[in-house]
Amino acid sequence: MSVEHRRIALVDLLDRLLAGGVVITGDLTLSIADVDLVRVDLKALVSSVSDELPAPWGQPV
Amino acid sequence: MSTPTPPLRYVYAVCRPFDGVLPEGAAGITGEPPRLLHHGDLVAVVDAVPAEDFDEGPLRARLEDLDWLAATARGHDAVLAALTAVTSPLPLRLATVCRDDSGVRRLLDEGHDRFTRALERLDGRVEWGVKVYAEPASAPRPTPSEAPSGKVGGRDYLRRRLRERNGREEGRRRAEETSRVLHDRLSAYAEATAVHPPQDPRLTGDTGGVNVLNAAYLVARERAEGFVALVGRVSEEEGVRVELTGPWAPYSFAGIAEEEAA
Repeated sequence: MSVEHRRIALVDLLDRLLAGGVVITGDLTLSIADVDLVRVDLKALVSSVSDELPAPWGQPV
Repeated sequence: MSTPTPPLRYVYAVCRPFDGVLPEGAAGITGEPPRLLHHGDLVAVVDAVPAEDFDEGPLRARLEDLDWLAATARGHDAVLAALTAVTSPLPLRLATVCRDDSGVRRLLDEGHDRFTRALERLDGRVEWGVKVYAEPASAPRPTPSEAPSGKVGGRDYLRRRLRERNGREEGRRRAEETSRVLHDRLSAYAEATAVHPPQDPRLTGDTGGVNVLNAAYLVARERAEGFVALVGRVSEEEGVRVELTGPWAPYSFAGIAEEEAA
């Protein structure tokens, strides 16, 4: 198995880190509400420049 | 600043207890190796982080700073990648912060059942990323009528523009068709699939074409070779570029694993 090993593109990382992972809500954690707000802002940025590039098979299920 | 604020706890992931040790250089967002906080039958992977950066107010401002966000994301992923080498971690969302160790223990207590179910589903699986691009069309050859003189009339100009446009559309169509076939094949092979929005070249800094597929696949570790081979089979096609990344910690499936197991 030879997978090209190289520096991970930031955008690949953010695709996963800002939308993935388990979200903990409640008073246990400090930051979730803020992170969600930021995530929404970044998503808006990304989708605003990606509008002309819809997925070829419509929405993911 | 009258009293110094004690450090907070940044939680990267939840795991089952594991035997291996984290490789050296598994430095997280603080530049130090993370700590394993055992509690019951679960382990939280944590770091002590300064309240000046990670308390609610400052964190909000920091996350708007792309350089800070990038460094934090890389530190977060470095720890998850190291964990993935020795166990099957359940990744938590970036910047999950508790007040102190007892907050982390309560987090493990209150989330115990959902963590356990998700860990079971993700056990022995990793995430692979596949992106398909339509490469920019190569410059079309000039036809004999417009080539020799070097003078290009309006009609020739329009003809050339039309050819370029058709070339782009043809390339895009071919990449979309490749994506559809590849995605079907990979979805059938993988245990779960997540489709991310296509990336814009202006964000990726990539001049290598238009991204038409940006997907993640959850695959058992021992079936990785077959998955990689499936991807490799199509990457030779002309005008279409296929990019494989991974193995990743199962970021794109942490939420799905919870929902489906619920």
